[in-house]
Amino acid sequence: MGVLKEKDRQKLIGVFKDIQKDVRMVMFTQETECQHCEMTRMMLEEVSGLSDKLSLEVHDFAAEADLAKKYGVDKIPAIVLLGDRDYGIRFYGVPAGYEFNVLIQDIMDVGKRNPGLSKEVMTELAKVDQPVHMQVLISPT
Amino acid sequence: MASDHITADMVEGSEFSFLAVKYNVHGVPHTVINEEHSIVGAESEMEFARGVLKAIGK
Repeated sequence: MGVLKEKDRQKLIGVFKDIQKDVRMVMFTQETECQHCEMTRMMLEEVSGLSDKLSLEVHDFAAEADLAKKYGVDKIPAIVLLGDRDYGIRFYGVPAGYEFNVLIQDIMDVGKRNPGLSKEVMTELAKVDQPVHMQVLISPT
Repeated sequence: MASDHITADMVEGSEFSFLAVKYNVHGVPHTVINEEHSIVGAESEMEFARGVLKAIGK
């Protein structure tokens, strides 16, 4: 019994056809998985199986603390989305409800190597010349 | 992705409630920028981009 409904699986397979370049999902959990970690891992295992362009690595937050530190991961469950490089995209917590759509959208943006923002917004963001760390707090819907 | 200077965390507030408390989050989405600035609610992409610039004094 999967986490995703069959009709959602089919829909995602269609959506993922537009992924042009590989997307790596690096997940951190722990040996004795918390409920949220297990749920996240199961979701990602299903999602990553829906496209050849998607891959998933599951790491142990405690046993691989150095790797977690390298990615700046300080809590779990954590998902790092990577393309040709690290764009600084992280998800903390189960990507359920509306956040699942955000995860899929981010996978598509990374898969297209294009954040999908207007030229005007890109011009504004090009003015950023110092580190900006955004934490978007959301709740499941 | 739009800037090499920007990193973005999506944080599930009910799982990490200590962060929701730390940042005084009462409604979502609530975006915390560099620990000290906040953008509350959903804004257009342009408004959001300007909010980010404002947070770094631009």
